[in-house]
Amino acid sequence: MTAIIDYGVGNLFSLKCSLAAIGEQSLVTGEKEEILRADRVILPGVGAFADAYKKLCDTGMDAAVYAAADAGKPLLGICLGMQLLFERSYEYGEHRGLGLLKGEVVGMTGRVPAGLDIPQIGWNALRKTKDSRILANTPEGAHVYFVHSYYAEGCGDSLAATTEYGLELTAAVERDKVCGCQFHPEKSGRAGLDILRAFCAMEG
Amino acid sequence: MITKRIIPCLDVRDGRVVKGVNFEGLRDVNSPVALAEYYTENGADELVFYDITASAEGRGLFTDILRETASKVFIPLTVGGGINTLDDFDRVLKCGADKVSVNSGAIKNPALIGEAAKRYGDQCVVLSVDIKRVDGEFRVFARGGRDDTGMEALGWIERCVDAGAGEVVVNSIDTDGVKGGFDLEMLEAVCARVSVPVVASGGAGCAADFIALFERVPRVSAALAASIFHFGEVRIPELKQTLAGNGINVRL
Repeated sequence: MTAIIDYGVGNLFSLKCSLAAIGEQSLVTGEKEEILRADRVILPGVGAFADAYKKLCDTGMDAAVYAAADAGKPLLGICLGMQLLFERSYEYGEHRGLGLLKGEVVGMTGRVPAGLDIPQIGWNALRKTKDSRILANTPEGAHVYFVHSYYAEGCGDSLAATTEYGLELTAAVERDKVCGCQFHPEKSGRAGLDILRAFCAMEG
Repeated sequence: MITKRIIPCLDVRDGRVVKGVNFEGLRDVNSPVALAEYYTENGADELVFYDITASAEGRGLFTDILRETASKVFIPLTVGGGINTLDDFDRVLKCGADKVSVNSGAIKNPALIGEAAKRYGDQCVVLSVDIKRVDGEFRVFARGGRDDTGMEALGWIERCVDAGAGEVVVNSIDTDGVKGGFDLEMLEAVCARVSVPVVASGGAGCAADFIALFERVPRVSAALAASIFHFGEVRIPELKQTLAGNGINVRL
């Protein structure tokens, strides 16, 4: 069973349905005890970093994420949920993150070449940078769906895949049992379901 | 590199797709859910559901089918039609929409886009504009292209993007239904003004029109069409093969 952390950020309906589609039971919850009873944990998120981090802390879900990571449960951050796993973000100021992964979140503006739209919205190809469990079922070059204006850099050896948008952007990370996807696996068709299946095969 | 998106648009009235769609192997040709599944399996990169229902009962049927579609189809879903308030955003997002397209609602209440972007994020708010040439300028039309608002379109789009629209769908009334190709001049003008993704709509008649679009206006991110896909005049898997064969990056 997979717990989807509910801290008042974003729409969890599609994520829950996509897990159901691969035969994985899930529970959308904001209760720490329920999260710690789950086999694995997903931290979703859309919107602005600082606002989401504040909500995570206000609901006590920051402590739940740390406790799940300490207990060795596989953890998957999706989109902004992945960005929250890093040390800090520079989205509208400088803000601290959960610090479970090394690296920081920076804006595309001024970094990606002029002429490319910001946000990046659409399907882009994955380029694997190491063997990872999260991408175990994913062929090189698989297309997944991105919607973002910020990305993680300085991820060191957690980097699992990049995508090319004028420069190589962090697309997926994995270190021990902490994983993250900048793209939306729940919106990436079959390729996305394969990634969720790989995550759900990870044991605590 | 990011791929160009191909997006079929389904008009839904009282929970059913209007204009029967004719595909082999599709039993219920007016079922939005069946069609959404069909398109997802056949190369669509995204789906647009456009609610043309007038009644409250029909609206309820629409959210029912939206919920069912979102539980079976795992590609991005955009919803438009009858979006006038934040409550309308809320209603469709809760049922599984990823993006919400605003057209007349933003003309009636220009603050809507900013308020929605603040609450749901820019990525969620799509500005849809019906544009027609009047007296040598691009003019915004409201109510499904019936009313001339008198507003100049490029300035309107720029204001909406500044307010938080994360994507713009440009529907050219001048080329819509003509099947003579997309309105390249209009799209070029819009792309020159904004730095968010621009989706082309109106005018596609054959695969060559899509090639011309992406070759001649490379800033355009996606192409949206309805009847040519529904009637099988252009089949998306073949269209994408043709685009790829012409050096245009698509998801195959």
